[in-house]
Amino acid sequence: MSGAQVGGRQGLASRALHSRLFWPIVTLLALFALNVIVSPSFLAIRVHDGHLFGSLIDILRNGAPTLLVALGMTVVIATRGIDLSVGAVVAIAGALACTIIADSPDPGSVATVVTAVAVALGFSLLLGAWNGLLVAALGIQPIIATLILMTAGRGIAMLITEGQIITVSSPAYKVIGGGYWLGLPASIIIAGGMFIVAALLTRRTALGLLIESVGINPAASRLAGVRSRSITWTVYVFSGLCAGVAGLMISSNVTAADANNAGLWIEMDAILAVVIGGTSLMGGRYSLTGTLVGAFIIQTLTTTVYTVGIAPEITLVFKALVVIAVCLLQSPAMRERMRRRARATTPATAKAVAS
Amino acid sequence: MSETSPAPVVEMRDISISFPGVKALDSVSFRMFPGEVHSLMGENGAGKSTLIKALTGVYPIDSGTIMLAGEPLSVNGPAQAQDAGISTVYQEVNLLSNLSVAENIMLGREPRRFGLIDWAATRRRAAEVLAGLNLDIDPASPLSSHSLAVQQLVAIARAIDIRAKVLILDEPTSSLDADEVAELFRVIRRLKDDGVAILFVSHFLDQVYEIADRLTVLRNGALVGEYRTEEILRIELVHKMIGKDIELLERLETRSKSLDSTDSAGSAPYLTAHEIGRKGSIEPTSLTIQQGEVVGLAGLLGSGRTELARLLTGADRAETGTLTVAGSQRRFRSPRAALKRRIAYSSEDRKREGIVDDLTVRDNIVLALQSDRGWFRPIPKRRRDELATSYISALGIRPADPDALVRNLSGGNQQKVLLARWLAVAPRLLILDEPTRGIDVGAKAEIQRLVANLAEEGMSVVFISAELEEVLRLSHRIAVMRDRRKVADFVNEDVTVGEIMTLIASGSEDDTDAVATTVGAGA
Repeated sequence: MSGAQVGGRQGLASRALHSRLFWPIVTLLALFALNVIVSPSFLAIRVHDGHLFGSLIDILRNGAPTLLVALGMTVVIATRGIDLSVGAVVAIAGALACTIIADSPDPGSVATVVTAVAVALGFSLLLGAWNGLLVAALGIQPIIATLILMTAGRGIAMLITEGQIITVSSPAYKVIGGGYWLGLPASIIIAGGMFIVAALLTRRTALGLLIESVGINPAASRLAGVRSRSITWTVYVFSGLCAGVAGLMISSNVTAADANNAGLWIEMDAILAVVIGGTSLMGGRYSLTGTLVGAFIIQTLTTTVYTVGIAPEITLVFKALVVIAVCLLQSPAMRERMRRRARATTPATAKAVAS
Repeated sequence: MSETSPAPVVEMRDISISFPGVKALDSVSFRMFPGEVHSLMGENGAGKSTLIKALTGVYPIDSGTIMLAGEPLSVNGPAQAQDAGISTVYQEVNLLSNLSVAENIMLGREPRRFGLIDWAATRRRAAEVLAGLNLDIDPASPLSSHSLAVQQLVAIARAIDIRAKVLILDEPTSSLDADEVAELFRVIRRLKDDGVAILFVSHFLDQVYEIADRLTVLRNGALVGEYRTEEILRIELVHKMIGKDIELLERLETRSKSLDSTDSAGSAPYLTAHEIGRKGSIEPTSLTIQQGEVVGLAGLLGSGRTELARLLTGADRAETGTLTVAGSQRRFRSPRAALKRRIAYSSEDRKREGIVDDLTVRDNIVLALQSDRGWFRPIPKRRRDELATSYISALGIRPADPDALVRNLSGGNQQKVLLARWLAVAPRLLILDEPTRGIDVGAKAEIQRLVANLAEEGMSVVFISAELEEVLRLSHRIAVMRDRRKVADFVNEDVTVGEIMTLIASGSEDDTDAVATTVGAGA
């Protein structure tokens, strides 16, 4: 083997190792492998009635709401913020849509569903704007500002549902969370569509650059004339919209609005997905693709717990261990340590190559 | 306080501290006697705060010894330093504004009864300390209800109650008005009479001369010397701080002046500031900038040179006065508003207010232009690449890689990236605050040449620098700042560094007027 070949391979390996997506993808593949060992049919995808079925499809479908919420969370975190209210917004959106449908004379009609969806999403935007107002205009710390809606939001959802679990029987509404389009679960298509829109909106315009700039150095961005206020505002509105769509998806999937439990702790999963995906909680550079991988890891973890048959009482511990491992692998301090160790061994390798 | 005074309370010998790539302190010795006010002088980067941090145990020293009251001092952090009798009051008051005055003074040392805090005794002790300072405030009132000056005095009260042998006041007066400063000085004198050694750091020469008994001057991490205040003239002190031999400077000035100031004389003013000011920042000040003119702002750190620039560019909002730009009156509420009128401000704080370190060179260069266009009108990829490559080659940015992260560039190259960012918006007025600080000689010369070329092409430039030769070399006109106001403004003809130094150093209003007249007559 010639030295050049070795060098080239090392270059590729080190580039892959330095990619922020390296460890998340390794984790995801490891989880897949674990699942395949336990249940060999894990990767199989069956076609039934023209629809796709299988564990992977389930992971995608069940992970769609988390992915949506995490998308919004990613851009919020990129501006050094955080949005704790997403779970409450999920509950409110579902409660609004279901109440409107349940109260209408014709719950099955498309017009009713469209109205319900429009009102729910409109209100979600409003809630996002409220968070944005508190953070961007009034300068309240994001964690406190969104905590307000996190706690108050469940109450608003309860008011809308009058404390009841509202069940709806509307085939048209059921499509959002439980239906199929083009052979795929509609929720996967919706979440995928939102992902693509978000990616285009931030990377094909200058929005992504300005968001990162505000997140990395707000003072410098201000002097450079960046409208940091309106950018901050925008990301919270987007986060509200994402949570609203997720809320529709969740309530549609179970054909019911549960003000207390819909989207409970989803903010934690979303934040985890963002962090696992390599976006720092300190703000700045973000990766939507990383968030995508992160959301899948979290959903796959949940599925793995069932397939592997981990006892329910240690489920959370198992999840925590995986998350800690990924976060450690990504932390700059840990990477630095590993690099130092690699450097300690490099001279020997270099000598070997030279000779 | 005579020369035969007893042993020094603080004696630091041959202190060296290195940071990666920098020797922050190079074998510096420093001493303080009980019952004296000692002022530590030096420009930015001279090593003042490093020395203080060495004394208070924030930074470990690489070599040297620190003695406190004759005993070797080895402290690990400010808390231990405080236990040893060294108390520090920082510029930004480090107290808890939501607690009461008494709690702040007694925090951590509250009198106890049966293991619980005796609040009555706490308040009584606090009241005694405050009375000792002639401060008539209610110990139970929340700290936040008092002015910054009172808060500063409360911080000092806390230091007194600890029975500090050494009290370090780091820029205590930078946000106080004249009456408040007088109040602070009264307290300092009291403490001095009680035998406390006070280290007073301030950029205001007037205040230093009023309160300090002794001065230690640092420059570039090295000790210049220790002087008794009454034995050193202001002009000498400024020389020692800035570090140029006056004869050498005079010789520098004899070079032929290539600047043609008549060029700008006939043209219309681009910006006229009339009596703009901001409380606690700068006194009402007027300044006119012609088209194609380079106006140099000279003055020491804290003289108001940066503060004036910030008001002109919307970085801070002016509270008084009017601003006229290209014939119409403007009020800049943000840097964005100023950028819309083609006024760009390059901050002196490159790291905090300049570069966006995790972005690439290309993104940093296009940032201001892009935010001017708005996010929905992205600069096309090809245009971005063109901008980046053309500025990289025009300014000689190294590495010449548009995709390099700015954090990995040297200081000089980061500064060039910033210049490129501002030039990309094609400003009519560019305000450069210390653009050549901390960068190597080559890059410095390139930036100076660039400024001269820009002015020739019709751009107005305000050039702020602590290096007077640089200001003299580049400027058509020079405004001298001292103690938060403009003290002189003249055409740069036959002006010497020495004369400017005199203006920077001179003590009272009257002196200033005299000198200004002299310079005016000379010009």
